[in-house]
Amino acid sequence: MHPIVKLVAQRLALSIVLLLAASVLIFAGTMILPGDVAQSILGQSATEQSLANLREELGLNEPAVSRYFNWLGGVLQGDLGTALTNGKDIAESVSYRLKNTLFLAATAAIISVPLAIFLGLLAVRYRDRWPDKLISGVTLTSISIPEFLIGYLLMYFIGVKLGMFSSVAMINDGMTFLEKLNAIALPVMVLVLVVLAHMMRMTRAAILNVMQSAYIETAELKGLSTFNVIFKHAFPNAISPIVNVVMLNLAYLVVGVVVIEVVFVYPGMGQYLVDHVTKRDVPVVQACGIIFAAVYIGLNMIADIVSILANPRLRHPK
Amino acid sequence: MKNIPISAKIGLFFTSLYFFMAIFAPWIAPYGMAEVVGDVWEPSSGKFLLGTDSIGRDLLSRMIYGGRTTIFIAVMGTILSFTTGAILGFIAAVSGGWVDQLLSRFVDLIMAIPSLIFALVVLSVMPVTIPVLILVMGLLDSTRVFRLARAVAVDIEVMDYVEAARLRGEKLAWIIFREILPNALSPLVAEMGLRFIFMVLFVSTLSFLGLGVQPPQADWGGIVKENKEGIIYGVSAALMPAVAIATLAISVNLVADWVLNRTTSLKGGRG
Repeated sequence: MHPIVKLVAQRLALSIVLLLAASVLIFAGTMILPGDVAQSILGQSATEQSLANLREELGLNEPAVSRYFNWLGGVLQGDLGTALTNGKDIAESVSYRLKNTLFLAATAAIISVPLAIFLGLLAVRYRDRWPDKLISGVTLTSISIPEFLIGYLLMYFIGVKLGMFSSVAMINDGMTFLEKLNAIALPVMVLVLVVLAHMMRMTRAAILNVMQSAYIETAELKGLSTFNVIFKHAFPNAISPIVNVVMLNLAYLVVGVVVIEVVFVYPGMGQYLVDHVTKRDVPVVQACGIIFAAVYIGLNMIADIVSILANPRLRHPK
Repeated sequence: MKNIPISAKIGLFFTSLYFFMAIFAPWIAPYGMAEVVGDVWEPSSGKFLLGTDSIGRDLLSRMIYGGRTTIFIAVMGTILSFTTGAILGFIAAVSGGWVDQLLSRFVDLIMAIPSLIFALVVLSVMPVTIPVLILVMGLLDSTRVFRLARAVAVDIEVMDYVEAARLRGEKLAWIIFREILPNALSPLVAEMGLRFIFMVLFVSTLSFLGLGVQPPQADWGGIVKENKEGIIYGVSAALMPAVAIATLAISVNLVADWVLNRTTSLKGGRG
């Protein structure tokens, strides 16, 4: 078998194993903790009868292993169970919210990825001069403030003081695409700021690393301009580390979305998850947990596969 | 004192200021933590330096007590994450074989799930109290310390003096604490600053989501949650913790950078 195919197949298999193991961990995290789950959901004041009913509903009287396989079997067929709090089908509520979350995350990604790569290149081009220093200063500040506070800072200064964009990002199906974009402008800005910092820093480091190689020195000695050296010689070799950076940050974006959705009251997965953690609605929490984990593991896998594909040393087997 | 660069001095100054305020909060704060002393969202005045919060408590006092809670949780979490992560990392590196495989793969697995999501899943069935928060955050974060500690220890483990200790018949605990730990200390100390900041951000996020420190106990994330409705009316009370968290984070970073530089140059490493 061609080594690339073999490596990619191995990486795919690893992700499936990881995802299965993650599902065990998420299930175990909510089920096999010390103490009675029904008791901690309903609180100390619960009556014996309501505790027994909840145990029945959650299937707590069955052994944990068979409950896990029942749950996993359902998840694999797209059946995420029903919510404890309102008895609705989880898969239905999730699919609508997942669409909203992906819309938010994708808009942020479309803006931040090209911007981060461009600014990263700029920082390398003007290394140790003011553009570079400005970029690293902004980066240090933005990774020192939690996402939700960046959200409120922007809401306060841009939304309230300047009166631009709406401060809450309520969207519904009746809105046109432009109305939706206007509604999510502020949360997108926050997400862009948050991932931009990491992405720029890592892009800068990746390109600087390539710039130390011998072939770059050769290109410089040939008398090529700095921009030519960066774009024609350094950039193609930096693609694999940069794609890696981008994927890692997209994975980060998916998690950052959770908090930002709560800040801007956006009807997405994150808010759904946090709401139901507060209500101690275990089936919903498990369902959201496994979806977030799947997206995260999937993006990490794509990052690894792209770097396998982009590695020229693997293309010509000996 | 003379050789400390200016950036590290600023960092040290602010870091100690925050720790001082955290330790002596009851003596510094002008009012009690949960004492209602004025009107709702009063602007800053001579009586209330930062104004009052959503139910009329003094915001400055809330911030000082809040810093105490946040910093306490972050410090305890960091200690837990370092002891667990470093010891397990060293054990993995020194033992090698199946112990290393087992621990490393388990850590890979935990890191495959985003920390925040995993913390939320666990907190959905656990009672949200401060010890539980410290335990959950510390253990989740110890995976990162584990990776660093293991990577550093693997390099030290092949040194002659470790080999010599082994041949002398020293036990695992001696090799870890007397041979590896002293040599692995400088990268770990620099990492400690970053982990501490991460803890501050993590606990603030959880409290903001309502799953961290519970009211009326004050903490920086909770202050944002309590005052967030004011933002729309142009009340900036909810933004105060941003200033506190950012200055604390930047100053700890400056100190950590300096420690890393100083210790590496001591060893003749990269300056």
